[in-house]
Amino acid sequence: MTAVAAHTDHHDDHHHAPHGLKRWLFSTNHKDIGTLYLWFSFAMFMVGGLMALVIRAELMYPGLQVVDPEFFNQMTTVHGLVMVFGAVMPATVGLANWMIPLMIGAPDMALPRMNNWSFWILPFAFTILISSVLMSAFGEGNPSAPNFGWTFYAPLSTKYGPASTDLFILSVHMMGISSIMGAINVIVTVLNMRAPGMTMMKMPLFVWTWLITAFLLVAVMPVLAGAVTMMLTDRHFGTSFFNAAGGGDPVLFQHIFWFFGHPEVYIMILPSFGIVSAIIPTFARKHLFGYASMVYATASIALLSFVVWAHHMFTVGMPLAGTLFFMYMTMLISVPTGVKVFNWVATMWRGSLTFELPMKWALAFVVLFTCGGLSGLMLAMTPVDFQYHDTYFVVAHFHYVLVSGAIFSIFAAAYYWLPKWSGVMPNKFLGELHFWNSLLSVNLLFFPMHFVGLAGMPRRYADYALQFADYNYWVSIGAFWFGLSQLIFVLVCVLCAMKKGEKAPAAPWEGAEGLEWTVPSPAPFHTFDTPPVVK
Amino acid sequence: MQSTLFRRVTAALTLLLVSGVSVASDWTERSNVNLRPGVTNISQDVFDLHMVILWIVSLIGLLVFGLIMYSAVAHRRSKRPQAADFHENVFLEVFWTVVPFIILIGMAVPATRVLIAMDDSSDAELTVKVTGYRWNWSYEYLAYQDDNDVGIFYFSNLKTPAEQYNRPILKDGLFPYGTAADRVGAEPTEKDSTYMLAVDKPLVIPAGVKVRFLVTADDVIHSFYMPDFAIKKDAIPGFVNEAWTLVPEDATGTYYGQCAELCGKNHAFMPIEVRVLAKNEFDSWIAEEKEKAASGPDLTPFSSLESAMELGQQKYAAACVLCHGAEGQGGIGLPFAGTELMTDPSRVQENIDVLIKGRNAMPSFAAQLTPREIAAVITYQRNAFGNNTGDLVQPADVAK
Repeated sequence: MTAVAAHTDHHDDHHHAPHGLKRWLFSTNHKDIGTLYLWFSFAMFMVGGLMALVIRAELMYPGLQVVDPEFFNQMTTVHGLVMVFGAVMPATVGLANWMIPLMIGAPDMALPRMNNWSFWILPFAFTILISSVLMSAFGEGNPSAPNFGWTFYAPLSTKYGPASTDLFILSVHMMGISSIMGAINVIVTVLNMRAPGMTMMKMPLFVWTWLITAFLLVAVMPVLAGAVTMMLTDRHFGTSFFNAAGGGDPVLFQHIFWFFGHPEVYIMILPSFGIVSAIIPTFARKHLFGYASMVYATASIALLSFVVWAHHMFTVGMPLAGTLFFMYMTMLISVPTGVKVFNWVATMWRGSLTFELPMKWALAFVVLFTCGGLSGLMLAMTPVDFQYHDTYFVVAHFHYVLVSGAIFSIFAAAYYWLPKWSGVMPNKFLGELHFWNSLLSVNLLFFPMHFVGLAGMPRRYADYALQFADYNYWVSIGAFWFGLSQLIFVLVCVLCAMKKGEKAPAAPWEGAEGLEWTVPSPAPFHTFDTPPVVK
Repeated sequence: MQSTLFRRVTAALTLLLVSGVSVASDWTERSNVNLRPGVTNISQDVFDLHMVILWIVSLIGLLVFGLIMYSAVAHRRSKRPQAADFHENVFLEVFWTVVPFIILIGMAVPATRVLIAMDDSSDAELTVKVTGYRWNWSYEYLAYQDDNDVGIFYFSNLKTPAEQYNRPILKDGLFPYGTAADRVGAEPTEKDSTYMLAVDKPLVIPAGVKVRFLVTADDVIHSFYMPDFAIKKDAIPGFVNEAWTLVPEDATGTYYGQCAELCGKNHAFMPIEVRVLAKNEFDSWIAEEKEKAASGPDLTPFSSLESAMELGQQKYAAACVLCHGAEGQGGIGLPFAGTELMTDPSRVQENIDVLIKGRNAMPSFAAQLTPREIAAVITYQRNAFGNNTGDLVQPADVAK
């Protein structure tokens, strides 16, 4: 591969290089917007993490010690919403913004002004959502924040929802608009702006997984918007979509929600597959094993994700035939997921492996995500799911795939591409400290949840029977340890942002391939004004 | 239900795994780490399935992690400076697509069998309607053998007293509402082994008889979760879901369950307790309850303020404390301590009306409390928390 490289800042004479607040507020530059997304998602990760620590502080001992159960429910709800919509999704959009144009040799995203808008909606959306929590904690009379779980099942969120439910609805609409615009931007960019010679089947897997993710987003975010709109009219305009007393159906809500919610799970994890598929070949100094089958596996996971939604609701009393269909489909989805894991292992096999920080995170991802995937296979077995459903076993499962899965892969991506973003290598000592502390604490935090879940502790409980006490104590210790470990990463990022550290060359990782390594580090404000030619 | 081979393999594997792991037979035993085998045939089948799938995923996990570990050690750069150059192998790729598929079919067959067995609720001898409320359960016995009009109906509330769970460690709590701030610094109360599990009046069912539960809810979605019977069925307002169990004759005793679907503030405070009696004991229990139900409400007047206060305190702790607070300080519900609603003598009738008919978020308690109990609760509220009005409400006032 060759590329036209080395555009310097002095070269872009036909562009005014903006400074100060205006640079960020009015930015149409994919790199600046990517940076905004990444900092925003990291801030939300810390906010959501604080809420998780309130939850774990309450659950450390049996009894109600720290917060009222009402506030506890608000914490579980807003923690989930902030982490899903505020931390994981914007982080992957930030990575897409930064890396997709660099990877396909495009000068920028296809729709730069829309790109600006889709980011700047988010801070407002989350200000609205989080304001409800601040009012609940400190406001006169403590008006409740959303307290019905991030899944907001009707009628708990409609007839019985607090006044702040309307803030929640508005905020979800805004997040949805932002996600849809971001997804359209990715689709248009990838389909239209590839450099000459960059055929679809030559694209880095990260671009592929994001392209498929973007189609999922465009397909299901409107469904979520529909669900919250029906909630809104149920609450204020006398409709009865989800109210049995008016001829509606509370179970309909769950079908609609999970028709969005299950593809949403893959929206959060598919970009991670792409990240790991970039990092493992680099540090194994070997091509990705089974590139084509990775693409097909990703596409089949995405397609299957539309026909498995009801496995989240096996206990609602579906007819036997429906239950069986969703059980079989859910079991089936483990086949393409397994293909991916085996491909990563085969990529490592007989390579020449080194274990720099991105590789450490990527390997931790493969192992721990697989743990989450295997417990997912257990959950697919419907008769046994009746025992697991809505217990801490489920909580353990989805935190393994989302924290030690999606979030670990985002850390891997950050350590991998920070040299390109900032021009300096992330501090090695702090990075190792961050990795080992996170790896150990995340397992202390989430593994014992399997045990309390199997023993029968339901989720979203503010207080629990005594037999669950021992493991909950250790889980809480793990939670505080994991939370503190993330402060190390704040330091790593701040040092990179301040350009403190070893200067990074254009290609800091010797085994890495791809167009992004042909431009200098840090990547200049404008890259690929003249498209590179990919052979 | 399943083939002998399947059972044998399961039993052997189970024995292997549980040899180092305790499977608690008592729900209240601390720190058990595995699923409960339960007491019914179905729950045993479910446990067997669980152990098989647990073994399969553990072996797959060990295989994959073993390969990764081996590769990380044997293929590190200091051992292999030059990476091999292969990135495709049709045989391997087909192999690891087809083999998992075959394993899945092997799992789907027994899972389907158990699921079909669980679905068949026909030929039940006892039918109990289970209704979830915020935040307790009610049980209505609809039909037993030839009797299609049993007419027993009662509510079941958490027995654990508020002083056992309400232990804020900070003055006013960290987020000051609904918590009993006065208790900060008080001696901790010992939590008994049925903490958060025992109820005032358990569901009673016979052993050796197929029991059908019709599960529904009055307000939001709840979930009827009895791990020992392998039952988890959502209680949905406007819907009636079916579940069933057949507890073997030798498994009489007390079993616990909990609400498993988030239903608001006190989701964790509405456990399920099931007492399984031998069939002859159950027959005499049901006869006794029917007689009680037939005799109509007890309107015996209270002889003294103290006797009314005593009953009122019990009922307040069971029915009112979750919303109105142990000290009448309010929370989700209105505060009572020193408020005009509870001290103005002219508002006694209003108190009665609200309890019977409900008002806004406050549900009606006409089905849950007898007239005598409603009278006692109002008497308690008007005399406790420093209200000391001296008002004594009699059952006859409420029955009007």
